[in-house]
Amino acid sequence: MSIAMPKPDASTLAKRNGIVAALRRIVPGEGVIADPDGLRPWESDGLTAYRQTPMVVVLPETVEQVSEILRWCARENVKVVPRGSGTSLSGGALPLEDAVLLGMGKFKRILDIDYEDRVAVVQPGVTNLAITQAVEARGFYYAPDPSSQIACSIGGNVAENSGGVHCLKYGLTTNNVLGVELVLMTGEVVRLGGKHLDPGGLDLLGVIVGSEGLLAVVTEVTVRILPKPETARAVLVGFPDAESAGACVAQVIAEGVIPAGMEMMDRPAIHAAEAFVNVGYPLDVGALLIVEVDGPAAECDHLIDEIARIANANGATTSRVSQSEAERVAFWAGRKAAFPAVGRISPDYYCMDGTIPRRRLPEVLGRMEQLSQKYGLGVANVFHAGDGNLHPLILYDANVPGELDRAEEFGNDILRLCVEVGGVLTGEHGVGIEKRDLMPEMFTEADLMQQQRVKCAFDPGLLLNPGKVFPTLHRCAELGRMHVHHGALPHPDLPRF
Amino acid sequence: MLLPRDTEDLVDIVSAAAADGTKLELAGGGTRSGFGAHRDSRIVSLRQIAGVIDYDPAELVLTVRPGTLLADIEALIAAEGQMLAFEPWGDAGATIGGTVASGVAGSRRVTAGSARDHLLGFTGVSGRGQAFVAGAKVVKNVTGYDLPKLMAGSWGRIGAMTEITLKVLPRPRQTVTMVARGLALDAAYAAMARALGSNAEVSAAAALPTGEVLLRVAGFAPSVAARCAALPGLLVGHCRLEPMDDAEAAALWQNAMTGAHVGGSVRWDVHIAPRHASRLIDALTALAIDWSMDWGGGRIWIGTEATCDGVRQAAAQLGGEARLVQAPAEMRARIGAFHPRPPGVSRLEQRVRRAFDPADVFATGRFGEDADADQFFV
Repeated sequence: MSIAMPKPDASTLAKRNGIVAALRRIVPGEGVIADPDGLRPWESDGLTAYRQTPMVVVLPETVEQVSEILRWCARENVKVVPRGSGTSLSGGALPLEDAVLLGMGKFKRILDIDYEDRVAVVQPGVTNLAITQAVEARGFYYAPDPSSQIACSIGGNVAENSGGVHCLKYGLTTNNVLGVELVLMTGEVVRLGGKHLDPGGLDLLGVIVGSEGLLAVVTEVTVRILPKPETARAVLVGFPDAESAGACVAQVIAEGVIPAGMEMMDRPAIHAAEAFVNVGYPLDVGALLIVEVDGPAAECDHLIDEIARIANANGATTSRVSQSEAERVAFWAGRKAAFPAVGRISPDYYCMDGTIPRRRLPEVLGRMEQLSQKYGLGVANVFHAGDGNLHPLILYDANVPGELDRAEEFGNDILRLCVEVGGVLTGEHGVGIEKRDLMPEMFTEADLMQQQRVKCAFDPGLLLNPGKVFPTLHRCAELGRMHVHHGALPHPDLPRF
Repeated sequence: MLLPRDTEDLVDIVSAAAADGTKLELAGGGTRSGFGAHRDSRIVSLRQIAGVIDYDPAELVLTVRPGTLLADIEALIAAEGQMLAFEPWGDAGATIGGTVASGVAGSRRVTAGSARDHLLGFTGVSGRGQAFVAGAKVVKNVTGYDLPKLMAGSWGRIGAMTEITLKVLPRPRQTVTMVARGLALDAAYAAMARALGSNAEVSAAAALPTGEVLLRVAGFAPSVAARCAALPGLLVGHCRLEPMDDAEAAALWQNAMTGAHVGGSVRWDVHIAPRHASRLIDALTALAIDWSMDWGGGRIWIGTEATCDGVRQAAAQLGGEARLVQAPAEMRARIGAFHPRPPGVSRLEQRVRRAFDPADVFATGRFGEDADADQFFV
């Protein structure tokens, strides 16, 4: 519990009743929750080690209400934490004691599906999976598939730029969103992009996606839908160690194959998953690869043969190709259940999310093993091997005093290691509060200040989702100052936010 | 023209300009200098900041300096069986920096994304004269704001890149073009929509005024063969398809992708929801236009001799937008290169731009970006 949230503002807390009353005027009926029992379910997101009861929850149903809420909060200098389904693994939707929690869960309508132009327009509270379900009868799907897809909302996906096991081939959220409608903290409603590709001007949509709820509240999303591949097949390949599995992954890609998914599990993860779901994973291997290919049957057959050849050349000890759709799903069942499976062998686990250049994998796993001994905590690894995105699961027991802190320190060391070898702090879960204080490992103060100036362009009062992403939130006036060598700035009258 | 050799030179140039009010126009190879209208500004060419920094084919990551020639990069990665998936194109002399900054994308854009989707990270110098880093050098990253998206297609309006990291992808082993001929506009759109919406994985679709619809099928040989065999059946009732000779196909794709052969001294680049493509072309008959269509109808190159903004008006009415990419100097001075933004977007864009360039060093007015948008958005 080492991450501190901003000190609550006493004057905001003092006027809580007035805030609740104002929100009730904007959203009548059941849409404002202020009693302690009602607030309890909202105190956490997917990063459950951190809890904070929100000051008040508001659940608007219309864009006009969102606009009025934000405008009122901006005028009264009240902070706002936007929330989708609350599945963030990085604490992106963690409430603040002195902030309004703005839940977008009532925005559940699919507004338009255009099969000819292959786009769908949906409200932000629609779940990721519901988009696919709405279009699958016509042979389409929405490609990004985070493991929480049954629950997570498309609005949250936009905020976090969510990925999934298929994103090496099909991209992250940002590559599959064409437009948004959003509300600025001033209450102003703005539309970016739409049903056409590559609108001109600065790509503001590109910076909204992945902005973790710090820039604006998204009220509508236009996504691309794709034709469902004709077939998909998976192959399960066991290796004596992660090094040979990693070499296999590198060769698959170097030979021109981009699989639909390519996942690696280490021995502890394999054993935990097999004990949980009994899908027949080999237990005598050091690393397991699940490689999925999709497309026309002729392509899948060809690629499965290629992958088998490359796997054998890299020392694979076991290999099984899915012979039916049921078997393909079974191969994935263990991987998809890896987190709860690890939850059975350890009272608690802490999921990390760094990305590394794949060639550094053996070294990173070796040093992770050393860190595991240093901290006295086990670790199981699942790995989006195709794109280098690691998910080490640190095993700990929150009931043992000090173990959570040790798990967090262990996790921080893993992420520092990812940056040291040329990687990043987060591949798909977001910075949130979890990696906030590690941002200086990856960015200099100048880099972070440049990002914060973008924040200031959208939200100069710093009222949207404070305490997330940035270790220090500078006042915008301070960031706007320019250091100039000679003389004065031109046009001193220009507003520099 | 200023020719900085490295980041330090750039920092000095931009800082001095910020202090004395000089406007700077960033350039690569200068191959797209006819876009917009040059105003009173000094040109800063990045072509001396060149060279490959790192390329590891198995990691799918390439890091280069902006002045490196696009053609050199394509040759380098083609030797490893890879490509830039957004299919950039440009004249001889085009640099990778200019290509990314102008947001170029070719026919494959409709399925593979644009420069924005493949720019993983950069180092650059902002209008504040400050060096900074954004994004990273791995293919999957959500750490911090996605500033590379802002930089791609920014036309040098927020800063200069000094190092560019791109995602590269395997080059398809085989590419076949299937062609249908003699199609009217509506039929051409319907055929492209059906093909792109099918599981035959068509990677690009274009249409030409001479009635051809081109569908590109690329990948491993057994897959290409299977998909080319399936496509005619999928398009029964739409058109008759046949494989096309590679050389003939290459020429037609080039026309659809670049619009270079569209007739007329004025050329517009219209981006629109594909279903409105035929309505747009019908609406413009009075302007005696020539055209070619890419991205399944989502991009239409329009050529004309008319020097009014009728094409832009028609595109706006259909929810699309039109960039003026080639025109006599008089017209370029009068009509902005960029399609005007709605006022709310324009204000937001201005604030974001000033977050990088508070002294307006790079705000040269070249693109007509300050044009009054009210006539399009009332």
